[in-house]
Amino acid sequence: MKIIICIKQVPETGNIKIDPETHTLIRSGVPSIVNPLDLYAVEEALRWKEKLSVTTTVITMGPPQAKEALKEALSMGIDEGILLSDPQFAGADTFATSYTLSLAIKKLMPYNLILCGKQAIDGDTAQVGPGIAEHLDIPHLAYIRKIEEIDQKKGTLRAQRLMDDGYEIIEVKLPALLTVVKEINEPRLPSLKGKMRARKADLPVWKAEDLCHEDEGFFGLSASPTQVKTIFAPPSKVNVEIITGEAEEISQLLIERLKTQKIL
Amino acid sequence: MDYFLTEDQQMIQDLARRVTQEKIVPFRAEFDEREEFAWDIMNNLAEMDLFGVYLPEEYGGVGGGCFELCLVVEELSRACGGIAISFAASALGAYPIFLYGNDQQKKKYLPQIAAGKKLGAFALTEADAGSDAGRIKTTARLDGDQYVLNGTKQWITNGGEAEIYTVIAMTDKSRGSRGASAFIVEKGTPGFEFGKKEKKMGIRSSCTRELIFTDCRVLKENLLSRAGMGFIIAMRTLDTSRPGIGAQAVGIAQGALDEAVTYARERVQFGKPISSFQAIQHMMADMATQVEAARALVYMAAKNIDSGAKDISKISAMSKVFASDVAMKVTTDAVQILGGYGYMRDYPVEKMMRDAKITQIYEGTNQIQRNVIALQLIKEKAKGK
Repeated sequence: MKIIICIKQVPETGNIKIDPETHTLIRSGVPSIVNPLDLYAVEEALRWKEKLSVTTTVITMGPPQAKEALKEALSMGIDEGILLSDPQFAGADTFATSYTLSLAIKKLMPYNLILCGKQAIDGDTAQVGPGIAEHLDIPHLAYIRKIEEIDQKKGTLRAQRLMDDGYEIIEVKLPALLTVVKEINEPRLPSLKGKMRARKADLPVWKAEDLCHEDEGFFGLSASPTQVKTIFAPPSKVNVEIITGEAEEISQLLIERLKTQKIL
Repeated sequence: MDYFLTEDQQMIQDLARRVTQEKIVPFRAEFDEREEFAWDIMNNLAEMDLFGVYLPEEYGGVGGGCFELCLVVEELSRACGGIAISFAASALGAYPIFLYGNDQQKKKYLPQIAAGKKLGAFALTEADAGSDAGRIKTTARLDGDQYVLNGTKQWITNGGEAEIYTVIAMTDKSRGSRGASAFIVEKGTPGFEFGKKEKKMGIRSSCTRELIFTDCRVLKENLLSRAGMGFIIAMRTLDTSRPGIGAQAVGIAQGALDEAVTYARERVQFGKPISSFQAIQHMMADMATQVEAARALVYMAAKNIDSGAKDISKISAMSKVFASDVAMKVTTDAVQILGGYGYMRDYPVEKMMRDAKITQIYEGTNQIQRNVIALQLIKEKAKGK
């Protein structure tokens, strides 16, 4: 059995700063991490690897430094990693990204299961996982909180999908793609031996020419039907009033104010 | 301060720092309050291969030494001295096997300890034999191809939780300390039981128990080296492990310093952060200087041991004495800087002060260590060095 995990390298949002002039993300000096939700996908693959005979491959699309993200997955115990990197891929939206990833996955056939994090913490779209499945024309389940069973003989998988008011139990035919939520497990930390192996690992880089596609212009910005025009922090429209004084006094003031506003 | 760590050492330090931040800091107060052994964290450390940092690859380790062990102990101690000593005590149990075991003994026990599947422990101290370790009463009598152990060991770190124990017992009382021998005893051996769990001032997430031997039979092949070598094995083991206690002390002190500086920048009195007052600044400056000096000494002692140096007693004792005295001073000052808040259990520094105290006592009291250092100085002079 073969599990493919798609991950993304993202800026660590704990330290994020926005340029006050351009309103865009200041990337320089911000450390990169593996998208936290993708680590749950990696962990889930590793747990099934411990139960069944599974090989695990992690792929990511990004600039050359995204190799670090692959190494993190390898140091946790993933068998191999592939980087999709080409200037042609730059500026891709979720459609072009999922298409590029689907071409790489086709090269890795046969596979049984694809795991992705629910969404990335930078874009927050939750579209790339399902998009890959659509390009590959395989079933997908989003928001998975538990994989109950993988039946290799029948070629099926049963999982719990998180809903607003509970969960659904769904059975799906393999190969399939799942996006996972953080309820599914607790990702392990990398091991020392894993890190030593990852440091020496040979990580292949696939460029546009390595991916079998029908036409030119299927990658990156030119293949993206959507584009981000501007990013801005919405101007604050709220007038903030700070009430100071003794606790008893200010709580009285607050209640009166809420009453005049007809909130109470 | 850059200590020019190798890529591997940097990796070990980073991993230990990560597990400390993510898994220990959020739970340390609970473990301390409940006096609970942190098995979950031991399992995390095991999965991360950290239990094997000081052992060679052929025994399941990663090929480091005493220095690498110190790096891990220091990082863990920055958050919790109790969890750090549970980790370090496993190495203390493994060192006699690593230093004096035969190939068969090493192959049987070390890979399990390196993988963190089993914890180790070391048992020398008894009720009437602490600093005067030559007076131990536990006996091992040869009976056919077995030794029969009788006696009680006291205050054994990891007692009851560890699976593999190195135990020092008298095989020939008439020869005094030259009549002691070292044995590997596994948990579950008939006649080997545990006393009550001790209630301690600090390092409360670590577990300290009595080991009680009543006609406990171990095979002759569990004897380390040869009969009569017990005291030498114990002393060499402690000389090798002592910088680890120094590293624990450095870590506790660094943790307390970090808390003190953070607090001093936030706490406002007389309209200013207290970090702007020279009285506080000078305290912080002294604390930082002492911590850095202790770290430098501990690292050099560990590197000296790893280089294969023969006379390690003096430098090993110095690193433990100095770092533990620094830890006691720096944690006390950290509580002082945090004032009333520092004395409350809501802040971590009172725990650090309680944890620091033991580093001046165990693995040889600081008074005994000073004896060792002085004796060595006199010997060196006598030899004309």
